[in-house]
Amino acid sequence: MSGIVNWAVHFFMLDEGPLIWLSDFLIGIASVGIVVALTYFKLWKWLWDNWLTTVDHKKIGIMYLIAAVLMLFRGGTDGLLMRTQLSWPNLHFLNADHYDQIFTTHGTIMILFMAMPALIGFFNIAVPLQIGCRDVAFPYLNAISFWLFFVAAMLFNLSFVVGGSPDGGWTSYPPYVENAFDPGPGENYFLVSLQITGIGTIATGVNFLLTILRMRAPGMTLMRLPMFTWSVLITSIIIVFAFPVLAVCLALLLIDRDFGSHFFTISAGGMPMQYVNLFWIWGHPEVYIVILPAFGIFSEVVSTFSSKKLFGYSAMVVSMIAIAILSFIVWVHHFFTMGAGPGVNSFFGVSTMAIAIPTGVKIFNWLFTMHKGRIEYKSAMLWAVGFIPNFLIGGLTGVMLAVPPADYQYHNSYFLIAHFHYVLIGGTVFGVFAGLYYWWPKMFGVLLNERLGRWHFWLFMIGFNICFFPMYFLGFMGMQRRVYTYPAGYGWGVINLIETFGAVLMGIGFLVFVLNILWSARYGERDVTGDPWNGRTLEWATTSPAPHYNFAIIPQVKGRDAWWLMKQAGESINGPKGIPFKPIHMPNNSGRPIIMCAFFFIAGAGFVFQWWIPAIIGLIGVVVTMALRSFEYNDHHYIPVDEIEETEAAAGRL
Amino acid sequence: MANTHSAVHGGHHPVDPSVPAEYHSEENSLRIAGFWIFLGSDLVLFSCLFATYVVMHGSVAGGPTSKQLFDVTGFTIETIALLFSSFTCGLATYEMRRGNRNAMIAWMIITVLLGYVFLGFEIQEFVHNVSIGATMQRSGFLSAFFTLVGTHGCHVTLGTFWMISIIIQLAKYGITPITARKAFIVSIYWHFLDAVWIFIFTVVYLTGKVI
Repeated sequence: MSGIVNWAVHFFMLDEGPLIWLSDFLIGIASVGIVVALTYFKLWKWLWDNWLTTVDHKKIGIMYLIAAVLMLFRGGTDGLLMRTQLSWPNLHFLNADHYDQIFTTHGTIMILFMAMPALIGFFNIAVPLQIGCRDVAFPYLNAISFWLFFVAAMLFNLSFVVGGSPDGGWTSYPPYVENAFDPGPGENYFLVSLQITGIGTIATGVNFLLTILRMRAPGMTLMRLPMFTWSVLITSIIIVFAFPVLAVCLALLLIDRDFGSHFFTISAGGMPMQYVNLFWIWGHPEVYIVILPAFGIFSEVVSTFSSKKLFGYSAMVVSMIAIAILSFIVWVHHFFTMGAGPGVNSFFGVSTMAIAIPTGVKIFNWLFTMHKGRIEYKSAMLWAVGFIPNFLIGGLTGVMLAVPPADYQYHNSYFLIAHFHYVLIGGTVFGVFAGLYYWWPKMFGVLLNERLGRWHFWLFMIGFNICFFPMYFLGFMGMQRRVYTYPAGYGWGVINLIETFGAVLMGIGFLVFVLNILWSARYGERDVTGDPWNGRTLEWATTSPAPHYNFAIIPQVKGRDAWWLMKQAGESINGPKGIPFKPIHMPNNSGRPIIMCAFFFIAGAGFVFQWWIPAIIGLIGVVVTMALRSFEYNDHHYIPVDEIEETEAAAGRL
Repeated sequence: MANTHSAVHGGHHPVDPSVPAEYHSEENSLRIAGFWIFLGSDLVLFSCLFATYVVMHGSVAGGPTSKQLFDVTGFTIETIALLFSSFTCGLATYEMRRGNRNAMIAWMIITVLLGYVFLGFEIQEFVHNVSIGATMQRSGFLSAFFTLVGTHGCHVTLGTFWMISIIIQLAKYGITPITARKAFIVSIYWHFLDAVWIFIFTVVYLTGKVI
């Protein structure tokens, strides 16, 4: 009996101290609260019918974004814990083990469970509307992608209170993460949950590639696509070719850990550097997967709030294609210090620096778009304008890191930490916030508050610079990444304290954003026109939120900024008056994606804990749900004309 | 039904009646194109496994080398079985185009059986290797070998299950644009596995027998 109790205490980490107890308590309270609230308000059926089984890209996009904001909170809390620990020399607020786990989950969550779903959420929200179609190419697959991400995120977060989190960093380099040095389930959580979400991401890549190539409204030629959609097209291509590399990389390491093979061990002929190569062959394109859609959002925002068409459209497209190609031939710059030799390092140094050229072209294009424009500093535009100098700092320090001999000096120092936070926060996170303020009315039919939006922007932007700018200097002063504490007398203490203060400001900025969401839900200005920003692209041509079928009649596109042209010509989105509506074909909702992904979760837990029976049950469940789908022939319905007329009349489009 | 997806597109892509049945609707064409893209990503997956195998080929850690391990008769039979299955799979598509459901199903059954012949020899090879101590835990080379060849084997196994489910649907519904599309997609999957096997045959087995 006491054996079982001991096992359970260890398994649920009750011997790990008050932080875990507090987390257990909060998770318990939140779960019970959600269940009680759903039951009390009788919302289970509503939740199942409207959300859990939906294949509607607009709802899937909203779910992605809700999950991403929650994960931003989780990852941000990790960040604040780390900043607290580092705020002064010789602190022991966290011990070394906990610190390792927290920097690992911080990085992994921020990139794979925050940035990715936030951007994929925007893919879903905006792309089908921007190209004038009624859903993505494969709506059912889209639901599977979301639920794969969701169960993977849940599995990963569970590690914090069940069995222990991974502690090898988000890059998770062997040989440290092999069983010999890092036993226990923690690292398996990393490998399995990334594998599951990665499968979903590949499906998303295929889905949006096909959606954009094949589902465009008539007249919407490739060179008339809104720039965000272009960025999604390029990103999807990168996803399709980069994510399988991650799948292999994770699978090989998991086989090492679960089945004792020797891919990356230091004994029996294993080659740890092969992991590092594979990881970054995915990892560097991944960086562009999370930045190109943000570039796309900025392009839309800058153009809309300058009341001008985007400057240098073709150059923007060519730059993104160039960045996509270059992204696959720069991976070695993540480990110049491996010692590949001057020839190899020079090649990768130069190819890395070359990326600055197309990126610079884009920066100038945004500036020229604003030049002589009628600029409105709405919250979304603030993020776009803030992005340019911050991203520039991140980008230029990136060029410094690309010089191999110099990189030997600041490799893995806080200089690097500062660099990638400047590009990932100054680029991606600013882009996500810009997108949220910009598309919020389209998602929920209500505008976020501008005053709170400005507070959010300034607190976050100033806090961000206070937190990360000094890190460049700390790096020069010799502070290495991933140290959990440092002795007094290096002169790092005060700088770290200032950084922690900046991090707290960012946290407050985030809370203002949450307040903004809550305030606006109740008191926010309703978007009755569907076009609150005097927008240029087709998503603004329809109601906010868009009707289930998006467009009653598929629009005819006559040029770039299609909706702007229609407004100039005084045309309706439904074309000339009197075109009769036809019944609209839509895919049916399905409960199978979420059930299938529950089986993925079971299989994943099996691989994490090496419980082979749940693993096999889970995998069989996955195959069976796939087979059931193959035998499903009635998976669509028609929206009758009456219903379309009713909706269109209510929107004033008859 | 055949025209369902054109509604999604507002009907601006008219269906050309001269194209084969599997392309007889926007949705079918979309799904086939989507599957080609998926195969592109699967190809990247195999490329990584090949790269890892090539890098680790010499990491035998004092254990058996590829030269000692590979059995020419075994992998030749595997190769012939799989290449023939690709041919019979092509014949099934040919009969599908001619509208002969029964002949099509017959060729697909032969394809599946040849797939099992291939798998049988592969399993036998793996079991033999394990019995003489050449397990995937023995060395980096063997880890990479079992993973690359095993991943292909898993693909083939899944492909046979998939093909059986399509055979059942063909028997149930006949050759319709939908079943034709499903059969066509499983056939390009099958040919893809054949193409990957040609690389395994060359890079792993033939090369492994020489160096």
